[in-house]
Amino acid sequence: MKFLPKFVHRLASPPHFYRLAERWTPWLGLVAIVLILAGAYGGLVIAPVDYQMGDGFRIIYVHVPSAWLSLLVYMVMASAAAVGLIWRIKLAHAVAASCAPVGAWFTFLALATGAIWGKPMWGAWWVWDARLTSELVLLFLYLGYIALHGAIDERTRADRAAGLLAVVGVVNVPIIHYSVEWWTTLHQPASITKMGSPSIRDPAMLIPLLIMSIGFMVYFAAVLAIRVRGEVLEREWHKRWVSEILGDT
Amino acid sequence: MQEFLNMGGYAGYVWGAFGLTTVVLLLNVVLARRYHRQAAIRARRRHGSLS
Repeated sequence: MKFLPKFVHRLASPPHFYRLAERWTPWLGLVAIVLILAGAYGGLVIAPVDYQMGDGFRIIYVHVPSAWLSLLVYMVMASAAAVGLIWRIKLAHAVAASCAPVGAWFTFLALATGAIWGKPMWGAWWVWDARLTSELVLLFLYLGYIALHGAIDERTRADRAAGLLAVVGVVNVPIIHYSVEWWTTLHQPASITKMGSPSIRDPAMLIPLLIMSIGFMVYFAAVLAIRVRGEVLEREWHKRWVSEILGDT
Repeated sequence: MQEFLNMGGYAGYVWGAFGLTTVVLLLNVVLARRYHRQAAIRARRRHGSLS
């Protein structure tokens, strides 16, 4: 680990990270609340009616941020698991284990809000097209991580086995992203990430979506900070700094 | 106001999606806090049984 910069070493130290996470959580939470409320106001009130989908298109302001977050959380989880597997950093596994339940919830939310959107627009809650199916696989990857982790008693082994699953599951991420281009899908193509020419051009439509998405990401950071502290306690309970922090020396 | 709530006839879908999102956002905060609290209780108990 010699080549890792010093601040990484410090960050990977559980007591240091624990205190840092504790200090940052209220601020992250505050920023997330402001952004999400602003995004919701922009999406529900300011954004003009879509010429094809009417007011029904406003579901985009919760659907797309959830779907993006479901992928971002997976990337964070798989990267943390890889770091944990390669350098055997316990904190990295604590991060990966904290991502799984949050990621599963947001994948569920992306699928559910998608179904609610699909019903009036496509006439069906669910279709087995490539985008929907690969997102469903993402949900199973999260649930698989949780189940595998829970099935192994010894935490170090559980971290490694579930971590390996998370790393292998990364192949699904580009499949989800490109599914709307590789296959003929009912799901519409990307609205924002098409390089150079996003199909949402009206800033009054686009900006609330970006604010909401950033809000979701900051929200995730806040929830992650709380969960990682729990995971760190589960792994470090025998250390002295833990009893010092918990105040029962 | 009535027009806003009606969402051009999509009220059930739009408010349903936003409502569900609110529930999931709040729930994840509650679950994370509960997990941390219970981990702290477990850590204390295990620590107590060591000494």
